[in-house]
Amino acid sequence: MTATTTSARPELSELGRSETALRTFLHGLPGVDQVGAEQRAAQLGTRSIKTTAKAQAIDLAIRMVDLTTLEGADTPGKVRALAAKALRPDPADPSCPHVGAVCVYPAMVPYVAEVLAGSGVHLASVATAFPSGQAPLEIKLADTRAAVAAGADEIDMVINRGAFLAGRYKEVYDEIVATKEACGDAHLKVILETGELATYDNVRRASWLAMLAGGDFIKTSTGKVPVAATLPVTLVMLEAVRDFRAATGRQVGVKPAGGIKTTKDAIKYLVMVNETVGTDWLDPDWFRFGASSLLNDLLMQRTKLTTGTYAGPDYFTLD
Amino acid sequence: MFEYAPAPESRSVVDLKPSYGLFIDGKFVDPTDGGSFKSINPASEEVLAEIAEAGAEDVERAVRAARKAYDKVWGPMPGRDRAKYLFRIARLIQERSRELAVLESLDNGKPIRESRDVDLPLVAAHFFYYAGWADKLGHAGFGSNPQPIGVAAQVIPWNFPLLMLAWKIAPALAAGNTVVLKPAETTPLTALLFAEICQQAELPAGVVNIVTGAGDTGRALVEHPGVDKVAFTGSTEVGRAIARSVAGTRKKLTLELGGKAANIVFDDAPIDQAVEGIVNGIFFNQGHVCCAGSRLLVQENVADRVLESLKRRMAQLRVGDPLDKNTDVGAINSAAQLERIRELSDAGSAEGAERWSPPCELPDRGFWFAPTIFTGVTQAHRIAREEIFGPVLSVLTFRTPAEAVEKANNTPYGLSAGIWTDKGSRILWMADRLRAGVVWANTFNKFDPTSPFGGYKESGYGREGGRHGLEGYLNV
Amino acid sequence: MSERVAVRKTYKLFIGGKFPRSESGRSYLVQSSNVSLASRKDARDAVVAARAAVKGWAGATAYNRGQILYRAAEMLEGRREQFVALGIPGDEVDAAVDRWVWYAGWADKLAQVYGGANPVAGPYFNISAPEPTGVVAVVAPERPALLGLVSVIAPAIVTGNTVVVAASPSEPLAAVTLAEVLATSDLPGGVVNILTGAITETAPTLASHMDVNAIDLTGVTDASLASELEVKAAENLKRVLRPAPADHDWSADPGLTRMTTLLETKTVWHPKGV
Repeated sequence: MTATTTSARPELSELGRSETALRTFLHGLPGVDQVGAEQRAAQLGTRSIKTTAKAQAIDLAIRMVDLTTLEGADTPGKVRALAAKALRPDPADPSCPHVGAVCVYPAMVPYVAEVLAGSGVHLASVATAFPSGQAPLEIKLADTRAAVAAGADEIDMVINRGAFLAGRYKEVYDEIVATKEACGDAHLKVILETGELATYDNVRRASWLAMLAGGDFIKTSTGKVPVAATLPVTLVMLEAVRDFRAATGRQVGVKPAGGIKTTKDAIKYLVMVNETVGTDWLDPDWFRFGASSLLNDLLMQRTKLTTGTYAGPDYFTLD
Repeated sequence: MFEYAPAPESRSVVDLKPSYGLFIDGKFVDPTDGGSFKSINPASEEVLAEIAEAGAEDVERAVRAARKAYDKVWGPMPGRDRAKYLFRIARLIQERSRELAVLESLDNGKPIRESRDVDLPLVAAHFFYYAGWADKLGHAGFGSNPQPIGVAAQVIPWNFPLLMLAWKIAPALAAGNTVVLKPAETTPLTALLFAEICQQAELPAGVVNIVTGAGDTGRALVEHPGVDKVAFTGSTEVGRAIARSVAGTRKKLTLELGGKAANIVFDDAPIDQAVEGIVNGIFFNQGHVCCAGSRLLVQENVADRVLESLKRRMAQLRVGDPLDKNTDVGAINSAAQLERIRELSDAGSAEGAERWSPPCELPDRGFWFAPTIFTGVTQAHRIAREEIFGPVLSVLTFRTPAEAVEKANNTPYGLSAGIWTDKGSRILWMADRLRAGVVWANTFNKFDPTSPFGGYKESGYGREGGRHGLEGYLNV
Repeated sequence: MSERVAVRKTYKLFIGGKFPRSESGRSYLVQSSNVSLASRKDARDAVVAARAAVKGWAGATAYNRGQILYRAAEMLEGRREQFVALGIPGDEVDAAVDRWVWYAGWADKLAQVYGGANPVAGPYFNISAPEPTGVVAVVAPERPALLGLVSVIAPAIVTGNTVVVAASPSEPLAAVTLAEVLATSDLPGGVVNILTGAITETAPTLASHMDVNAIDLTGVTDASLASELEVKAAENLKRVLRPAPADHDWSADPGLTRMTTLLETKTVWHPKGV
């Protein structure tokens, strides 16, 4: 990931100084009509991506996967195996690209770091009292620093949804700024937990809030609440990063996470990226899938395209 | 880069015959004088089939068959049985929807995505909806025992061939009338396949008759003295001529004619959805839509921003092979229509409006027109007043809601209008004042069998769809 | 003691709430009175007045229109004897009052009966409601002079249209007297405009006028004139009510068609979302 250093327009960079200014700005963003947004997302979902386009999309999607395990039961052995799979998703086919990153809890970072060292596969860690975000700021920042120190070069933080929904935007903003600072050189993905934000208007506001505060990526979900990534939520976030770049010159990445299980789903997202923000975002530096089971389906479809036969789950590693 | 590979829908589901006769009294028959014309694929100019041209004598035969069926079979039949035939037809359409969709795209040039996802589902839904009315007419609000009118002459356009057929035939049959329908000369094929479906449904002979041909056939049909009801969808010019021709007769008339709808975008609109609505409003079906949002009225303080988004979105439109599942904008229906679009667009440029189209490669053969917008348009420009019936949008600006209403209503047409704003009270205030039969607020080009459709002023009279749609086919 | 010399009434046109003479200065002798013979220009002036009144009348609340129409019925009832003096049978005056009251009551009900919610297959609020078409030209039936006239004016205006009426040429006094009733009943000027004189002079002007939205040919008895007027009306696609059959029973339940033909149905869609 390459962070652009272009600073926000002065008036936008000033917004974080005052609760009123933030509120005025966020509530002045154009509204989102739910039905219209969902229809647009559904319409993009009807694109038919076949043959060469499909092959291209599958390899791109594999490179965009943040291969994730966020279980209480995670062990060093489990995450090492996952990291090995990230490096060589299809041991039978050396032409298969590696994934974008491995995403684990902070305690698991050192074990993954050993495996990934020098591979080009990024190491992401959730931090800031994931998934609820309900911990004192100092603890969240310590969580972040520990993950970075242990070798994570990407931090997935959660915003304080309670503060956001209560309208305490500056509090949310300040936490993101502080976390970004604690990240040092690591890239910051800001999880909006859109399933708890209730409306697309809120998704748009939270997206802007995260970008204004310095987030390098905006991410839909923790995967720990019933509603995770959806196409329309991702559409609204893509529109936000598009408009943010137009306003500030700074490009921010997007990461839908949770619930994306099939190649068909992944391709719908890629089509949406292609037709909403264009090819600038069709790159693992700017678009990621937070997923676990998606990878095996991508591999099965990839094999089908190269061999012409449908594979079964027995032929792919379960890690 | 992410290039979508071609994703063509297979033509093999369609079994095209080299030639088609007229559908009269339950059978396909040759025309009396043996005339014929060709229906071509507007995307390739390839001849699809040879179509019989009905002359006055054929129209006579068809009206006689319809009268006999009305008197002997369909009129006396209990509503519950008429309903069952209509339900059968609805099911057959669903079962054969892929075939019908491909044929519609072949003959009309519209993208398969639309014929598959919009036209065909609406066609089946329309028959389902009116099927259920057939045995409930006494509850429709037109008296306890409303009676059918008799034989209906129906003339439909080429922009939604099968959907317009459904809008005409379903309510007519539900109400107990029999019909003679003339499809447009450039798009007769799905109507002829529908005739086969009537046979498959074992619909009694003569209840539905399809006579193919051009203007002369249509004139012979609507002027036939044996006809009790005339229903027409098409241009205001022809609608006027039909209104004249039924003057002094007892024929009941409904007309669904042209439009020049304003799509009004306020500064507090949900901009991304508004842009989708603008695109859908004018580029849906190549702009061959009588209710198309062909005049964009955008509030001056957001005009630049909206136009920038609109242009960016237009650059994503995929123009080309109608049978490719990823095509957004297909072929213009005919050479004549393409000529009209070109002529009006040239007039727009000549009158000083600024023309813009996204870069797009158009196929060599067939009839094509790139999605186009004109900015700097004023009310005086021809492109702001005349119906272009193509993928051409005229952009005008306004400053206040009152000015928006005034400009929107400043046209002899009154079919539809769009309003985009987040403010509910403004929507209702605007909707009250817009002189249009359909007002889409924060959406556009939505259709449903339960929802009445039709115009004010020179956009015609009578409504199609919903309970209202029965009125034109009952003696009330 | 000499008998008092009566003050006679001048029968004039009714345009925009005022009682002008024909701009042509012409009159004709009918029912023992000199009645204004309206010109084409008078017809055009009446259309202008009717158009000007549309905004206020169509924009009034249905309740308000109902109240005003009911008020007109009260005034009509009060002038019963005046109509009888013109030769209108008392029963007909009573029927006319009753009809007017019947229509007055429709003002705030027709939208419920004729409009409604449509259950579309999608997340949309969708509702259809009738609206007035605008300016309606009416050729009133020759007779019954009062009941026929009331039966064509009331259904047109109760929904918010304004009218230009060509009154019965042979019995115009009832029409002018009705105008006096309307002028004293809170009905805004221009909602009803009444032309007396020859149908052949006023009706073609009204039928071909591009600022008239609908034409009611009820009183046209000449089939070829009716046909000619309908052809003219097609020029801007006026909504048309065709002539009434000669044996039309004016005392029968009129149904809704007279009202609904002069209405437009507007359907409004809006997404339902959060």
